[in-house]
Amino acid sequence: MSPRALAIAGLRKRYGRHDALRGVDLVIGEGELVGLLGPNGAGKSTLTKIACGLVRPSGGEVAVARPFGYLAELFRFPGWCTADEVLVLHQRLTGSDGGARERGELLELVRLEGETTTRVEAMSKGMQQRLGLAQAMVGSPRLLLLDEPTSALDPGGRRTVRDLLEELRRRGVAVLLNTHLLSEVEQVCDRVVIIDKGLVVAAGTPAELEGGSGVEVELAGGVRRFEGGREDVPRIVAELVAAGEEVFGVRVTRSTLEDVYLDTVADAR
Amino acid sequence: MSGVWIVAQHALQEALRRRVLLVVLVLTVVFGGLYAWGCHALFDDLSGFRDNDDGLDATALAGSTIVGLAMFGGLFLGVVLATFLTAGAVRGDAERGLLQPLVVRPLGRGQYLLGRFLAAATVAALYVLLVYFGAILITGAIGDWWPAHPFGSAFRLAFGAVLVAALSLLGSVFLGATANGILMLMAYGAGLLAGLLGAIGDAIPSPTLQHIASTASWVLPFEALYRDALRLLVQDVPGVTGAIVQLGPLGGSHDAGPLLIPWAIVYLALVLAAAGWAFARRDL
Repeated sequence: MSPRALAIAGLRKRYGRHDALRGVDLVIGEGELVGLLGPNGAGKSTLTKIACGLVRPSGGEVAVARPFGYLAELFRFPGWCTADEVLVLHQRLTGSDGGARERGELLELVRLEGETTTRVEAMSKGMQQRLGLAQAMVGSPRLLLLDEPTSALDPGGRRTVRDLLEELRRRGVAVLLNTHLLSEVEQVCDRVVIIDKGLVVAAGTPAELEGGSGVEVELAGGVRRFEGGREDVPRIVAELVAAGEEVFGVRVTRSTLEDVYLDTVADAR
Repeated sequence: MSGVWIVAQHALQEALRRRVLLVVLVLTVVFGGLYAWGCHALFDDLSGFRDNDDGLDATALAGSTIVGLAMFGGLFLGVVLATFLTAGAVRGDAERGLLQPLVVRPLGRGQYLLGRFLAAATVAALYVLLVYFGAILITGAIGDWWPAHPFGSAFRLAFGAVLVAALSLLGSVFLGATANGILMLMAYGAGLLAGLLGAIGDAIPSPTLQHIASTASWVLPFEALYRDALRLLVQDVPGVTGAIVQLGPLGGSHDAGPLLIPWAIVYLALVLAAAGWAFARRDL
């Protein structure tokens, strides 16, 4: 197994009478991109916050590779700061000696290269979120914990984040991506973890999770679905014809991550 | 300690860039101008009281009273400044999302808290000292009255503002900025009221009122420091003038004793430790 960027074992968190996390195990290897999915209130943000030390766990163990970067779901930078000043502050706090070269590279990565002297208060929400991503990458972190990093971004901004995640993979930075956008996870993540009600209810590569396929056959009485793949089509059609059905069309379907996600979450309820 | 310094610098930079300090300085200059005007008018009006033979030193009476008034005003403004700079330091900034990106850095919550305290305490203490020494200089230049112990009073006033900054920081761990700000100003007002009751208790005399004031002094030592600063201001004014200024609303008849300063230091350490302890256990 590759060295670990994040190792979580038996993680529990209780808020009053409510169990936000009920024994979560999660390991992220160096350079691995893991998507964290789950409905609202599933415990995703709590898990991320515990990993970066903002929330104290009620039980379990967390080991995080340092340095790490974090982008909160709800964050703000002081409006009076310029983009460059935000990064300078975080360079000082992390002890980064990257200087102006690092700041320039990071702003370029998030497509804010022309906004060095722009004040935060003059930036759109999307620009602030991209600045937040740049801030999270200050000091060359080994692990990035991203909590809904695309929530305020337009499609172009989301594309920028996807490109950024690919660049991070190239650099060997591990990422925990907490998001509701399944398409992002499908496109960039090595593994997917679905949690619901504080428990991991499914985990695997996108291909493993999406694995199941089916055959949809259009009959006179409507569409019927059969389990199986492309190789099962001749047999299914032959059996239907032998049974006196008229076949008007056949389609091999493959369950999407969305199907898997919705089924998994529904099963857990 | 570098993290403390970075956070303190950032907080001071924010106060400068958001023009908080500029507004405060402009208003202070206006205050100084009005104070000088009032001083000039006051000492001008004293001409009728000079050379009287009832033992009243009109210059000392006027000088100590108006400097006492400036001390009250300076400390009040210093307290407001300290409160504004710290009221939202933890919960307020966390609710706005400003805190989280900072405290996940290899900084430590204790260092963050100390940095915020250092910035607010420095600004508030310097401001109180500026107003106090400004008032002393203006009063001396216009009325030729100089207090016997200007530095002892200055230290106590500045320390009072520092204590309020620490208390406000502690409150910020539990309360949002508005609620904490209101709480701090009400606590400050309650402390002053208790001090006034103590002055009345000393004049009547009333052991009950004295007990109330004494209890408030231990619970809220910034008030006791203020009273002690006033006491130092007027303690060497002799005769009937001394008696009058000590029993007046801006007088300092009550001697808090030698334990006040050590207790204030311990109190400050306890408040900061409590703030650090509570912040370390707070989920953000």
